[in-house]
Amino acid sequence: MIKTLDLVPVLPELFVAVAGLALLMLGVFRKEDNTKPISVLVILVLAAAMVLVSSLGSERHVAFGGLFVADRFAGFAKALVLLASAFATAMSLQFLEKEKIGRFEYPVLVLFATLGMMMMISANDFMSLYLGLELQSLSLYVLAAFQRDSLKSTEAGLKYFVLGALASGMLLYGVSLLYGFAGTTSFEGLAKVFAAGHEHGVKPSLGIVAGLVFVLAGLSFKISAVPFHMWAPDVYEGAPTPVTAFFAVAPKIAALCLLIRVMTGPFGDLIEQWRQVVSFIAVASMFIGAFAAVAQTNIKRLMAYSSIGHVGFILVGVAAGSNLGIQGVLIYLAIYLFMNVGTFAVILSMRQKGRMVEGIADLAGLSKTNPVMAFVMAVLMFSMAGIPPLAGFWGKFYVFMAAIEAHLYTLAILGVLSSVVGTFYYLRIIKIMYFDEPAEALDRPVGQSLALVMAVSTLVVLAFTFLPAPLVTGAKAAASVLFPAAG
Amino acid sequence: MNDWPLLSLTTFLPLLGALFILTIRGEAEVVTRNARAVALLTSVATFIVSLFILVKFNGSSPDFQFKETATWFPGTTIAYSMGVDGVSMWFVILSTFLTPICILSSFAGVTKRVKEYMVAFLVLETMMVGMFCALDLVLFYIFFEAVLIPMFIIIGVWGGQRRVYAAFKFFLYTLAGSVLMLLAMMAIYFEAHTTDIPSLMAHSFPFALQQWLWLAFFASFAVKVPMWPVHTWLPDAHVEAPTAGSVILAGVLLKMGAYGFLRFSVPMLPDASVYFTPLIYTLSIVAVIYTSLVALVQDDMKKLIAYSSVAHMGYVTIGIFSMTVQGVEGAIFQMLSHGIVASALFLCVGVVYDRMHTREIARYGGLATRMPIYAAVFMLFTMASVGLPGTSGFVGEFLVLLGVFQVSSWVAFFAATGLVLGCTYMLLLYRRVMFGRLVREDLKAILDLDLREVAVFVPLILIVIWMGVYPSTVIEPIHATVAKMIDNYELARAAHEGLSVAAR
Repeated sequence: MIKTLDLVPVLPELFVAVAGLALLMLGVFRKEDNTKPISVLVILVLAAAMVLVSSLGSERHVAFGGLFVADRFAGFAKALVLLASAFATAMSLQFLEKEKIGRFEYPVLVLFATLGMMMMISANDFMSLYLGLELQSLSLYVLAAFQRDSLKSTEAGLKYFVLGALASGMLLYGVSLLYGFAGTTSFEGLAKVFAAGHEHGVKPSLGIVAGLVFVLAGLSFKISAVPFHMWAPDVYEGAPTPVTAFFAVAPKIAALCLLIRVMTGPFGDLIEQWRQVVSFIAVASMFIGAFAAVAQTNIKRLMAYSSIGHVGFILVGVAAGSNLGIQGVLIYLAIYLFMNVGTFAVILSMRQKGRMVEGIADLAGLSKTNPVMAFVMAVLMFSMAGIPPLAGFWGKFYVFMAAIEAHLYTLAILGVLSSVVGTFYYLRIIKIMYFDEPAEALDRPVGQSLALVMAVSTLVVLAFTFLPAPLVTGAKAAASVLFPAAG
Repeated sequence: MNDWPLLSLTTFLPLLGALFILTIRGEAEVVTRNARAVALLTSVATFIVSLFILVKFNGSSPDFQFKETATWFPGTTIAYSMGVDGVSMWFVILSTFLTPICILSSFAGVTKRVKEYMVAFLVLETMMVGMFCALDLVLFYIFFEAVLIPMFIIIGVWGGQRRVYAAFKFFLYTLAGSVLMLLAMMAIYFEAHTTDIPSLMAHSFPFALQQWLWLAFFASFAVKVPMWPVHTWLPDAHVEAPTAGSVILAGVLLKMGAYGFLRFSVPMLPDASVYFTPLIYTLSIVAVIYTSLVALVQDDMKKLIAYSSVAHMGYVTIGIFSMTVQGVEGAIFQMLSHGIVASALFLCVGVVYDRMHTREIARYGGLATRMPIYAAVFMLFTMASVGLPGTSGFVGEFLVLLGVFQVSSWVAFFAATGLVLGCTYMLLLYRRVMFGRLVREDLKAILDLDLREVAVFVPLILIVIWMGVYPSTVIEPIHATVAKMIDNYELARAAHEGLSVAAR
């Protein structure tokens, strides 16, 4: 029996699902091309969902017999995901039109992917986790191959699908092991089992550790952490650019929040077991992200390695496994969102004579041909490198602070050193824009929606240092939900 | 004017000017003219505001003055907290004093993208002043690092042939050192539960932790000073930077490292400072002697002065770690003096570079016949650089040697050899550029200083002589702070010795 009260916490998801279906109908039954109005409607739906999410309040609600949880952490993460999806949809408008691949399914797929992400974030059981993850992944596979006349795009979609399916398989296998050894898939149930073991000083059995590692591997694939990152550069390069922009932000945020919930929730007492794994993944991601990006000439590939590096930094906060660490991760994710959408807005406006260009060298001398855009890009690159006073610094600051608090000194030292290496390739972009002589100028004017995204993200990146309180307190409140003992 | 937030005003006024310049639109020529005017006006106004700090500063108090505090990051102790004491006050003035001079001096040298250039310089001024005023670890770090952004752009856009290499090297070297300092700052936060610099000065850290923290701070400051062997970014950066960029590098940026030693390493980590003093002495002596020898064989004027800077900063680090009142005061005096003198020397090089577009020493010779005023100016600063009594250079070096002699006569001996070597390369430079016969055709038409250039040099000349003749103007406000620092340091040492005796 479903109690009526049960549906309240699921309201945002229900709304998005119903709206998605309605928009799909609308698209099918209206004859003319209506990508644009549907995109606008999708943005409105996302905005309305944001209002619904924030209206849920700060209490913890559980629905569907414990499968679904809505708390402050979920609220914060969903707000980020909804924002990212809205940005991505807004940025895709011009691209779809100019490349003549506008189809109403595009915004609707984004909406369904977002729904999947919201489900993932609120998952309170491995079953609901898997459902959300698959809804998201299937929508994303289609989106990657959306430019179906392009060989690269279809290849990207196929590659993403095959490797994604493998990762899902690993995840499921891990879950089945856990179920076999612990007897439940519910997060709370698992937490209870492990807490009891922890109390009695019993080491978790090998099966549980194996299950944990498989789950971690599956999730690492979704966040493109090393050594499960191989798909990212190819998919980022091959997918249509607005899709890449979407990939780089929304699914990453969702999967990382999911990872945090799984690691701190059911596996909270197994931190000794997973910390070294996460630390290794973090270090490997930071270094591979930094070193591999140095040699890139395609800016979308570069962004793929950049995002691998960022995931590494974020995992430093996860490895700390503390209230401060999770707060840091949430701050990092929020800043990462703005830095990335801003950068992709610049990438999306890289056109010469109406044709998209993706070479880093195509930005040469941008500071002379389009000083405003060069300034935006320079600010974002310095921020990504983590140079104060820009926002990107604070993300790194918080995760490394958490690492120091947790006495993970080696991890912190390796992390900051890799960030110096990473700085090199961000500086290279600035060098190309500012120090080199202009190549062929990029087309002007930049589309309205792209200019708006650029302006918003640059403003956030510049202003965060002066006004950090709202985000910092929000992230703190969200993180503390996961650590009830610490208050 | 008593309740005005003077420090914040001084810090952020240039930023305001920079934002204003960004709004200038119109024809290229008009934009250039207006950008120059606004930048000069803003920087002069900032200098005037900073003079209020000087006038109102109470030299007899060792405490931080003009304090401002505002909450910043909720949930942590990180706050926006500003204040100056005797150590930092002069550096604020030095920064605000040099910036208008730089801006004025680049009117002729910088002709492309003037608007961006002026913006970069004003942003740089904000970061420099803010760094010297910051009383919060994290705030300090923000300003300390943020300096890199405008400087990277200045070297990279308006620099010479190998500007890209120099800009990258400058940025990455400094960043690599600084990130370790950041981790040390976090460790301090979790140990002392505060980021407030005055409270941290009173906190005593366990010795083992002190050593690690000291090394991390050292990694950052040694690169910034720069100390041998991590000085190699400096000659590149100096040579490739535009004249005004070199001036700020030599005048202010090099002081940031030594200032860091004075602000963090010595007062907060006294036991580790003692432990590592031999290391500092060794590296500084190597710097003094080795880089002086390297300077001898340079054939690029800017590179020669750059190496001389490394040598001069060697005195500063020796003076700081002598831990005597004379030594520390001498080090601060030497920093200020070097800030003025090295800046002036780079400006002198800039004068002939603007005319001949080369810095090769061999391309010049006999300039004294065509440029008598220039020769006189150059002579004065050469003398100040080698430490002739009556100029500012003498006081600083003398005090440092006096201070270190009380601690170790050997260190003083080796440091003093640098004076002789310093004389050699500077006089050699002067002879090769100024004296001899004027044989080169293209030099025969070279013009002496014009009015704008004279206006750039006059304030520098006055200050160099004033500081040399009447140094107590500078030392008096410093004295109380330094005396207290040395007292605290001795106390901390005594406590540590007492502990280790008790442990036995």
